[in-house]
Amino acid sequence: MTGAERRETWPLWEVFVRSSRGLSHVHAGSLHAPDAELAVRNARDLYTRRSEGVSIWVVPASAITASDPDEKDAYFESPRGKDFRRATYYTASESVPHL
Amino acid sequence: MSAATSPTASPSEASKLAAFDALIAENQRIEPSDWMPEAYRKTLVRQMSQHAHSEIIGMQPEGNWITRAPSLKRKAILMAKVQDEAGHGLYLYSATETLGITRDEMLDQLHTGKAKYSSIFNYLAPSWADMGSIGWLVDGAAIANQVPLCRASYGPYGRAMVRICKEESFHQRQGFEILLALMNGTEAQQRMAQESVDRWYAPALMMFGPPDAESPNSQQSMAWKIKRFSNDDLRQRFVDMIVPQAEFLGVTLPDPDLRWNEDRGHYDFGELDWDEFYAVLRGSGQANALRLAKRRAAHDEGAWVREAARAYAERAASSERLAS
Ligand SMILES: [Fe+2]
Ligand SMILES: [Fe+2]
Repeated sequence: MTGAERRETWPLWEVFVRSSRGLSHVHAGSLHAPDAELAVRNARDLYTRRSEGVSIWVVPASAITASDPDEKDAYFESPRGKDFRRATYYTASESVPHL
Repeated sequence: MSAATSPTASPSEASKLAAFDALIAENQRIEPSDWMPEAYRKTLVRQMSQHAHSEIIGMQPEGNWITRAPSLKRKAILMAKVQDEAGHGLYLYSATETLGITRDEMLDQLHTGKAKYSSIFNYLAPSWADMGSIGWLVDGAAIANQVPLCRASYGPYGRAMVRICKEESFHQRQGFEILLALMNGTEAQQRMAQESVDRWYAPALMMFGPPDAESPNSQQSMAWKIKRFSNDDLRQRFVDMIVPQAEFLGVTLPDPDLRWNEDRGHYDFGELDWDEFYAVLRGSGQANALRLAKRRAAHDEGAWVREAARAYAERAASSERLAS
C-alpha cells in the first residue's frame, strides 16, 4: 500500500479561542491540518465541544516568533526596580478616598 | 554589564542543570523552550505518548458498543464519550510533540508495537454492563491517576491534563448510571451488572501500575515532580473511593480481603494477580492483537483522506500564487 507508507505530515497550527464576547482569544493548544480552513474546523471539534468558544483563530506554528528562552532573565529585567510604575508604590496618599 | 550576565560566558551543562533543578524545587513548570536533562525528556516522551496511545486505543471497546447501545440517548452519550477520548489523545500527542518527537514517529511506535498503551484495553467488553464498568472503574481509575498529573512539572503535559480532567468527570458518572439502571432492573440485569464488575475490578486496580517496590522508575518521576503520588498510594485512594460507591450501587466488589481498617483509616484489600498483569503487558491479553490490527487498519484506510486533503491544500495554495 503506497498510500499508507507515504509520509503525510500536515503542518502544525496553534489554536486560539475566544471564550465569550468581550474577552481576548487565548491559546488553547495545537493541532495538525492540511490547510487553514480545515484547521479551523478541526479546532472547533477539538477545542470547543462544550461551547468553550465563540470565535477561533488558527496560526501556522511556523509563523510564530518567540523571544529567546536563554535570554529571559536579562531580557525581562528592565521593569524590575521600577516599582514606581505601580500604584502601590505611592503610599503617602494611601488613605485618600477615590484615589 | 556584570560578569554574571555577560553573554560571552555561555552557561555550562552543570549550570543549566542547576537552573533546571531550581525550577523543579520551586514547583515551577518546565516549558518546551527550556533546557532539560535528556533523561527527563525521554521519560516524558515515553509516558505522554503511552498516555496518548491509551486514549486512542481506549476508543475501541466503547466504539464497538455505539450501534448496540440500548437507546438513542445511550448511543449519543457513548458517542460523545468516545469523541472525548479521541480529543484526549490529540491533546496529548500535541503536548508530546513539544518535546521534539513527530506525530508520525509516535504513530509508528504504536503501530509497530514498540510503544505500549494501558493494558486495560486488552480486555474484551462482551456485555452492555461493561460500558458501565468501564466508565465507573476504568475512567474512575484513570481520573485518580490523572488529577495529580494536572500539576506535572512539564507545562504542556499539565495543561493537557487540566482539559482532560474537566471532561472526564462525565465519563465516570455515565458509567456509574448505566450500572445503577441495571441494578434497579430485573434480576437478570442485576446479574449482568455484577458479572461485569467481577471482571473489571482487579484489572482496574492494576491500572495504577506495579507495587511501589517493583516500580523503580517511579522514584525518579516523583523527584522530577512528573508523578506526585506513588502507585500504591493512588491505588489505595481509589479503593477508598469506590467501596462506598459500590455500596450505593448494591454490587459486591470481588475481593474477600476487602474490609475497613480502623487503625489505618483505609480499606485493606487483597493481593492482585501481577502475573496476569505482566502476561497481558507482554501481549497475551484477550484483545492485544485485535486492538492493534484495528488501529493499523483505521490508519491505513484513512491514508487516502490524508493524501486528498494535502493535495487539495497544495492545489489551492498554488492557484492562489497564480492569481496574485
Ligand atoms: Fe480520556
Ligand atoms: Fe474517559
